[in-house]
Amino acid sequence: MLSADWDIVRLTLTVAARAVAFGLPVAVLVALVLARLRFPGRAVLDTLVHLPLVLPPVVVGWLLLLVFGLRGPVGAWLQAWFGVRLVFTAEGASLACAVMSFPLMVRAIRLSIEAIDPGLEQAARSLGAGRLDRLLTITLPLALPGVVVGAVVAFAACLGEFGAVITFAANIPGETQTLPLAIYAALQSPGGEAVAARLSLISLGLAVAGLLGAEWGGAALRARVGR
Amino acid sequence: MIEVALRHDFGGTTLDITFVAGEGTTVLFGPSGSGKSSVVAAIAGLLRADRLRVTVGDVVLADTTRGIWVPPERRRIGLVFQDARLFPHMSVVGNLRYGARRAPPGRIGFDEVVALLGIGALLPRRPHSLSGGERQRVAIGRALLSQPRLLLMDEPLSGLDTARKAEILPYLAKLRSALGLPIIYVTHAMDELLRLADDVVLLDQGRVRDSGPLARLAARADLPFAARDDAGAVLELNVTGHDAAARLSRLGGTGISLLVPLLPSSVQRVRVRIPAREVILASAAPSGISLHNILSGVVHDVAENAARHDVIVAVAIGEAMVLARVTPDAVQRLGIAPGAPILALVKSTSIDVVSEVNSVG
Repeated sequence: MLSADWDIVRLTLTVAARAVAFGLPVAVLVALVLARLRFPGRAVLDTLVHLPLVLPPVVVGWLLLLVFGLRGPVGAWLQAWFGVRLVFTAEGASLACAVMSFPLMVRAIRLSIEAIDPGLEQAARSLGAGRLDRLLTITLPLALPGVVVGAVVAFAACLGEFGAVITFAANIPGETQTLPLAIYAALQSPGGEAVAARLSLISLGLAVAGLLGAEWGGAALRARVGR
Repeated sequence: MIEVALRHDFGGTTLDITFVAGEGTTVLFGPSGSGKSSVVAAIAGLLRADRLRVTVGDVVLADTTRGIWVPPERRRIGLVFQDARLFPHMSVVGNLRYGARRAPPGRIGFDEVVALLGIGALLPRRPHSLSGGERQRVAIGRALLSQPRLLLMDEPLSGLDTARKAEILPYLAKLRSALGLPIIYVTHAMDELLRLADDVVLLDQGRVRDSGPLARLAARADLPFAARDDAGAVLELNVTGHDAAARLSRLGGTGISLLVPLLPSSVQRVRVRIPAREVILASAAPSGISLHNILSGVVHDVAENAARHDVIVAVAIGEAMVLARVTPDAVQRLGIAPGAPILALVKSTSIDVVSEVNSVG
């Protein structure tokens, strides 16, 4: 692997890791809300969460530009108050990845929360555990396999995210050019097939490792919680 | 003392159940659909009934007329479910400590509970590696260590096979005398009732059919107990003597004396059951017979069961009551009617020594 390749891989991993790190807590919260609370607007929230799964990624990227661009409502605010610019930056690439992989995380976590026997929480309640106590000592630990699987799958998906990233963060080598963007760029330049093939192989390796990791990690954790 | 008054409309069927439970074990007994589970849920705080009042000692846990509702997590009621509901991600110790950590310090000690339930060897293990009986023992220990005001057990043995049940019953019987904790125990199984109950609340279709001490209810000819195949009187008697040569022990109570096969000499007081179908009624004492127990009494009540073509006769012997199942023909021939003197013949080997009673009373 050339050092240029290594830089691309490192950038890709960083972008994906940051996307999962920031997206996961929100995903856990949203999954809890969807799994456990009944409120008007629940269906709307559910739809909103799943939207990136069915929208063309380019559309997601463009919507992000509208909201987080320098003249967008949130983007302008971030720039004015914190001097933070997301558009055309590695952080922006992470944001695009986080939004695109969000439904994957929420789904995995929600399913594992819904699979928890409500009787266990009832038992915890009779033993004197309040709402937050039950959440921290029963619900979340038992949902952990789902959280881990969701995180790993989302991470693997982030490694391959293309449309939303290129639309929102552009294709800047060393800055926002993640693996799929680099492959695309290589294919666009004459004689770039060899580079593209090498990067594709790396990409394939990472994807397989990610999915296997999710499988094994999930199985090990499920065994730990006895399910 | 525990007082429960519950009224709830389940869209069509209404529950109206009021009872008082004392210090020992009160068994809520009835078929499924009689309202047992709703009572448990209401006491535990998991069912918000239309009208409900629950008090344990002088603590009011729920009173709809005064707008009092203590949430389940602050009721301090030790709940044991049919399925053990152990936390799968914790070891046995972790499960046992879960309630203890959230309870005020109390008089029920960790080592005491572990010894009482015989779960010392299980402590480091995970719930999924335990047998059903072991799981249920751990669940009982977990509930006890939350220092409850009351132990509430909802059919804790109904998910277990006969062998596992026999393994746990002695532990439950020990709990009653060892911890001095009021227990409300829900079941539809006769053997659990006989073994564990001090008092019985007999539920039927959302109403309390009758309630009182087990011995009094078991000997009533007019209650559903008498219609069962396994109907029989339950008596608590002192061991008054042993005849090692004849291999017999003598039991005595107020106005009744029975001979049973020899008991261990350590046993002071026992609960016995005399199955109604094993009792013979006679107007004159027979001679030349293997039988030991010829009890002279007075017919108290006669209840004919038309569906079964038999009659349950309650015979008062001293202050005790014995049931006999006989045919309508026998009733006619012997002239059995309330107030008539009668002899009840019971084989000593037919008397079922259910359990040893530790505490007198």
